[in-house]
Amino acid sequence: MRPPSLLSLTLDSALLRIAHIADLSHLPDHLVIDLFRVGTPRGPLPLSTPARPPRQISFGVIASLEMSSGIQDSEVDIVIAALQPNLNTFFEAWRPFFSRFHIIVVKDPDMTEDLKIPTGFDLKVYTKADIDGVLGASSINFSGHSCRYFGYLVSRKKYVISIDDNCLPAKDTAGSTVDAVAQHMTNLKTPATPFFFNTLYDPYRKGADFVRGYPFSLREGVECMLSCGLWLHNADYDPMTHVVKRNQRNTTYVDAVMTVPLGAMMPVSGINVAFNREVLGPVMFPGLRLRNEGKHRWDTLEDIWNGLCAKVVCDSLGYGMKTGLPYVMRSDAEAGKALESLKEWEGVKVMDDVLPFFQSLKLSRTAVTVEDCVKELASIVREKLGPKNAVFTKAADAMVEWNNLWKSHGAHHA
Amino acid sequence: MASASRAATPLLKDELDIVIPTIRNLDFLEMWRPFFQPYHLIIVQDGDPNKTIRVPEGFDYELYNRNDINRMLGPKASCISFKDSACRCFGYMVSKKKYIYTIDDDCFVAKDPSGKDINALEQHIKNLLSPSTPFFFNTLYDPYRDGADFVRGYPFSLREGVPTAVSHGLWLNIPDYDAPTQLVKPLERNTRYVDAILTIPKGTLFPMCGMNLAFDRELIGPAMYFGLMGDGQPIGRYDDMWAGWCTKVITDHLGLGVKTGLPYIWHSKASNPFVNLKKEYNGIFWQEELIPFFQSVSMPKEATTVQKCYLELAKQVRAKLGKVDGYFNKLADSMVTWIEAWDELNPPKGGVATANGPPKK
Repeated sequence: MRPPSLLSLTLDSALLRIAHIADLSHLPDHLVIDLFRVGTPRGPLPLSTPARPPRQISFGVIASLEMSSGIQDSEVDIVIAALQPNLNTFFEAWRPFFSRFHIIVVKDPDMTEDLKIPTGFDLKVYTKADIDGVLGASSINFSGHSCRYFGYLVSRKKYVISIDDNCLPAKDTAGSTVDAVAQHMTNLKTPATPFFFNTLYDPYRKGADFVRGYPFSLREGVECMLSCGLWLHNADYDPMTHVVKRNQRNTTYVDAVMTVPLGAMMPVSGINVAFNREVLGPVMFPGLRLRNEGKHRWDTLEDIWNGLCAKVVCDSLGYGMKTGLPYVMRSDAEAGKALESLKEWEGVKVMDDVLPFFQSLKLSRTAVTVEDCVKELASIVREKLGPKNAVFTKAADAMVEWNNLWKSHGAHHA
Repeated sequence: MASASRAATPLLKDELDIVIPTIRNLDFLEMWRPFFQPYHLIIVQDGDPNKTIRVPEGFDYELYNRNDINRMLGPKASCISFKDSACRCFGYMVSKKKYIYTIDDDCFVAKDPSGKDINALEQHIKNLLSPSTPFFFNTLYDPYRDGADFVRGYPFSLREGVPTAVSHGLWLNIPDYDAPTQLVKPLERNTRYVDAILTIPKGTLFPMCGMNLAFDRELIGPAMYFGLMGDGQPIGRYDDMWAGWCTKVITDHLGLGVKTGLPYIWHSKASNPFVNLKKEYNGIFWQEELIPFFQSVSMPKEATTVQKCYLELAKQVRAKLGKVDGYFNKLADSMVTWIEAWDELNPPKGGVATANGPPKK
């Protein structure tokens, strides 16, 4: 490392006294630039000069994150819940994007037919027998969409990407097929920015940056733990909306990824998600089960509940959550079936009970791990929401059970 | 549930004023003519009042220079910045309309991905006339847009939304970067058209850019004070930021919404980054104190109007930021002056106006 020059010492010294320097107009412009280069920590900018480690300034700069150069393929598991027996079309369509990865397929324990999966994948199938064999008697019900969580449990990778089996790759506005897997990996490896909203959305994307007025001390971002993707064609609506807008399809491709701000609640759809399993595993549980939960997404809220809990934990521990790209193309389900679900759908009441609860929720400062947070969350749920609806008491039970299952079966890495 | 609106967007030509600060010329209005001509313009001329700013033929406008501002506000004119586009907020104060659209004189009509000219004003009106959803984030963004809706899991009790106070538009071409970023990335252009409007969640602050901004003057006008910038002030290019932070804490308190996203305009002129660096310098360091301040502001229950909230904010600025720099004591004073001037020029209906000098040219 080169010894300091008189100029660099002057700049360092000026920086320490910066609050008292009222007027910079006498400085030549190139020195003002140097003063800024030295003074501002710039994580994401591609500097043309050889990168110098960012200098720390005294005004509350977050320590520079060790950003990984990229997520390796070997760190990723793709988890697919099989709710239909014939997965040939699904896997053939996703082959170009899935074939590099290890894949876990979890068969819905209620399904009796055999699965049809094409060859040529590094793929392991788990069935009811495996679930029962591994877990024995568990109070958690893994049927329907909840079966994918078993996949999260047995995975040994750092990251998990999970897509519903009725979704195919989407096309972007230029007509190119979207590599949803790669986009999720990018979302997870670049920082999230939950403390201040960037009006140009993801500042780490090529061609974008933090805008004027974005505090410099917040530009390092935090680690992104959950990436929530979207769906073209058949959007993820509740059964009422499906019935009323039976002909509406989502055709708007919004070319953005953004961080969900601190404190903001969001409905996380399980249709197209990715997360850091190593960190977030204990909170990625199937907790909330509606009484008449069925096989359509509109019959469930387990992912919504999971996402709300995950967001609370991320907010509490200083992690980030992103939403937006990638899109997948989701195929139709018969709207008529939604009509049947409508009659019994307790989702409306449940979400309206849940809302004020999450709005006022603050986890204690002593909960510093995800497991601690989940434990605390479960007891608050039991105490505050349990009295409103038995479904919440069961959710609290499931959360505690999952925490235990995670300790005994999930907390391993490759 | 959101209902799809098939009716055409109302023009609101008698309910909306377009406020334009300028120090150069208004040639850019030619390009906007098809969209702006039905509306009344309020031109705020910054800089030398003896210079004549030519307004293209056929526009209905009122123009104010520094002499007019001094004449109309008397000593209260001290709250209006000089030699900075922050002076535009004078236009908000003198307007008599319900809505304001403000745009910079280096902003032109952009094209959407299909090549069609974007009617920015129409989109802003759509944004202002449809509700916001600050209490829960909708993953399909604006649920009131054609083709979208609230997603599964969105609480039904929140689906009516709240009134929208601010519509914050974006810019293609020259992005709104601060000076350090401009210096490091002088060639970067924003070419990404993000086809979304979204509500900024309650409790979240954002950097509000005044280049392409619309708001409901009746709902939030008094909070849109663009601060003390420019000549004789230690800071510049933070006018809209300041107004945005004040506005957001007040809209959060009053249960109003702020949207961002569409429409895009085409920002043509990159300002000089060295000049910007000098203007922003203090701001870049001060904002590290300002953000925690705004994030922790709490409004008392009794602050039920925008003016009451704003005066409370001024009190807290003086108390908590005065020690960062004496500038904030001056700013707190001018925030109070602004409200006094606003109330004088905008008395409650039935009140008597005591404006200094004739209001219109």
